[in-house]
Amino acid sequence: MTTIRLGFPADWAGFRAAARALVAANTPPGQITWLVGDEPDLFADNTPPPANDAPITVPRRFVDLAETTIMANDPERFGLLYGILFRIHQGEAALLHDAADPAVHRALMLAHAVRRDIHKMRAFLRFREVTDDGGTRHVAWFEPAHHILEANAPFFVRRFATMAWSILTPDRAAHWDGTTLRFGPGATRADLPEDDRFAECWRVYYRAIFNPARLKLSAMLSEMPRKYWKNLPEARDIPELIAAAAPRAGAMLAAPPTPPRPARAPPAPVTDPPTTEWEALKRQAGACRLCPLWEHATQTVFGEGSTTARIMLIGEQPGDQEDLAGRPFIGPAGQVLDHALRAAGLDRPALYITNAVKHFKFEPRGKRRIHQKPNEAEIETCKFWLDQERAMIEPALIIALGASAARALFNRAITISRERGKLIPLNGATSALITIHPSYLLRLPDEAAKRREYAAFVRDLRLALPYMA
Amino acid sequence: MDLLRKLEILADAAKYDASCASSGTDRRHSAGKTNGIGSTEGMGICHAYAPDGRCISLLKILLTNACIFDCAYCINRRSSNVQRARFSVDEIVQLTIGLYKRNCIEGLFLSSGIIRDPNYTMEQVIRVARRLREQEGFRGYIHLKTIPDADPVLLDQAGLYADRLSINVELPDETSLARLAPEKDAGGIRRSMGRMRLAIEDARDRRSRRFAPAGQSTQLIVGADATDDRRILSVAHTLYGSYGLRRVYYSAFSPIPDAAAALPLRPAPLLREHRLYQADWLLRFYGFALSDIITEPTGNLALTHDPKLAYAYAHPEAFPVDINRADKAWLLRIPGLGVKSATRVIAARRHRRLRLDDLARLGLAVRKLAPFIITADHFPRAGAIPRPSAPSRQPDLFQ
Repeated sequence: MTTIRLGFPADWAGFRAAARALVAANTPPGQITWLVGDEPDLFADNTPPPANDAPITVPRRFVDLAETTIMANDPERFGLLYGILFRIHQGEAALLHDAADPAVHRALMLAHAVRRDIHKMRAFLRFREVTDDGGTRHVAWFEPAHHILEANAPFFVRRFATMAWSILTPDRAAHWDGTTLRFGPGATRADLPEDDRFAECWRVYYRAIFNPARLKLSAMLSEMPRKYWKNLPEARDIPELIAAAAPRAGAMLAAPPTPPRPARAPPAPVTDPPTTEWEALKRQAGACRLCPLWEHATQTVFGEGSTTARIMLIGEQPGDQEDLAGRPFIGPAGQVLDHALRAAGLDRPALYITNAVKHFKFEPRGKRRIHQKPNEAEIETCKFWLDQERAMIEPALIIALGASAARALFNRAITISRERGKLIPLNGATSALITIHPSYLLRLPDEAAKRREYAAFVRDLRLALPYMA
Repeated sequence: MDLLRKLEILADAAKYDASCASSGTDRRHSAGKTNGIGSTEGMGICHAYAPDGRCISLLKILLTNACIFDCAYCINRRSSNVQRARFSVDEIVQLTIGLYKRNCIEGLFLSSGIIRDPNYTMEQVIRVARRLREQEGFRGYIHLKTIPDADPVLLDQAGLYADRLSINVELPDETSLARLAPEKDAGGIRRSMGRMRLAIEDARDRRSRRFAPAGQSTQLIVGADATDDRRILSVAHTLYGSYGLRRVYYSAFSPIPDAAAALPLRPAPLLREHRLYQADWLLRFYGFALSDIITEPTGNLALTHDPKLAYAYAHPEAFPVDINRADKAWLLRIPGLGVKSATRVIAARRHRRLRLDDLARLGLAVRKLAPFIITADHFPRAGAIPRPSAPSRQPDLFQ
């Protein structure tokens, strides 16, 4: 037998060095005794551990698992981990991917228990403040189930770096003085100072945040098992909270409504009257319920721009970004439009830009919203607003971007490719110009087509130049 | 009034907000720093659990429970006879830092009744957060309640100091909102949520400014009106898609002291809330559609069994599923098999044809799974899914 003596219970460096040498020497797991500290050795005739000469490769996955599992409070852990390493080295390269293997399963279970213990220590450890000649310190008593103090202390350093603190456990203690972390011998619960004034604060909070009308003990117990209660100040209140819950909830239900407190209703929020015709119209449209699209949208996205514009642009409907911001053509299609307008020599602030439909129509898909084309009825209904915008602006030219805008303008289906790029007289002094919707350019997969279509779009827009003056 | 009494009133007033999460924010720590305190490391920590099963991660309090609104379901409504209190900025800072140093909390969740007007209220809430961050060097977690229709400049400040922001929708139905919370403006809530999503995404994409790195969330109250589960889930689904919410919390309407006459007589069963969370998970992480989940003609989820079982009962022809062959989407439809277990099954079956005891070693609940699966050593009859004889129920105080 070979005996390996490790320095302390979670001596990762010691285990790592020994295991490497043993694997390199092909030592089978059954021939090794693992001991920690000064544990007595029952096998007197020892083969000395092999010297570490041949370098071996150890999968990262094994290191990750073993670094955690070695902290488990289980005397078999070293043999278990070495056994897995030995098998990997013997050719079972993918062993760790097979969680149904009994040894791997056992190691995973131990690692899981260690991680949970680490997490629960971060959660349930409570500091008490003491002030003495040495200044103010924070002291905590915790009873970990596994050998996690060394691994967990850096967490408390990162969080409480500017405090001086000590964490006492039965086996070891960690001390932080603001600059250095030291480990020392274990302590007893009696070494913990008295409750400080915040313990009472915390208990008051704990009692008040509990809702007696919803008792769910199993949910509490699965996450905060009884074994932790003895070191938690708030846990002293649990039995009484539970006992009083049903009567308190019953009393709430049985109590007749009391007469309402005669409180003054707040003054209705003051809204300034609209200053312009456009403002008045926009506000009315803000409350529009003419079709069901308002229901899922964030807000009505009304037209904006110059109310004395000679040119009015109509798009289809607001998109995702427009719906959130409440303004037309500010999303990706809006950026293409801005670009094309500049290229065509048209000044966006001098235009009036709106949409045929004023609410975003979409289908929720996970964390996104998929745009849906408005139907004829929705376009028809929303003309109520478009017609009023048109009457207010009295544009000399209306540019319809895409099929929905063209339908709103001409009350029939329009084939964009056939009608685009020419000036079409409307009734009165107004003309129309039909072109594509800029989102069409975003959907084209091919770069060459994109460039060609963009140029055609700019060419169409240039026809509007004479109307700017 | 002494500080402990204020704490009692203003924590009691805050407890109907289900959210207590402290996860998903950027990483910060105090190592090497000479002042300030605190850290956040991605995963939140629940420092205690109350007997109501809820996690206590944050100091969840109101700045004041005085409110000019009169929402019938709320303990703090204008016409309620509860005792009123208001914290000073100093008091909240002292409590937050004091409890944080004792490792009782991850940080602060501060909300407030509406006092005077939205802007004034928002300013008061922001003052606390600014003090904590700028003077105390607090690096822990801060969740601020956003007041709908507060000035966008104030929203920017709130996002600068807070990890998470939230506005509660509370009632998904506009008619109910008008009846039970007449001063609340559903449109204003949505506009604020939209503005927050734009700011959160802008900060994340450009990294030039800080804005609520842990995102936004909201809460829906269940059972205070007649809205069915189908509608609740559909509203939640839309909210997730529209505003990129980290979480929609469902809160079973709970009796409150000094309840308004307009409220229902019975509280909603906690089990209904639990079923909604299960359904929410199936919609978001398991690839279920709303039509897969609502199988009852009432438009509500079955209380007697979870929504995945309900799906299996409604589609007996789809089971049993072969554990060794089914793709991930189908594994996820098996009652009792979660996302993590499905990943484990897929990894393990590359090495062996799985048998029932392999599944046990993977940590799966074999007894629950058995009727729905085929393994190398287990072949239940097709379409023979048993309906449960006695519905298992969790204890509910009022049923």
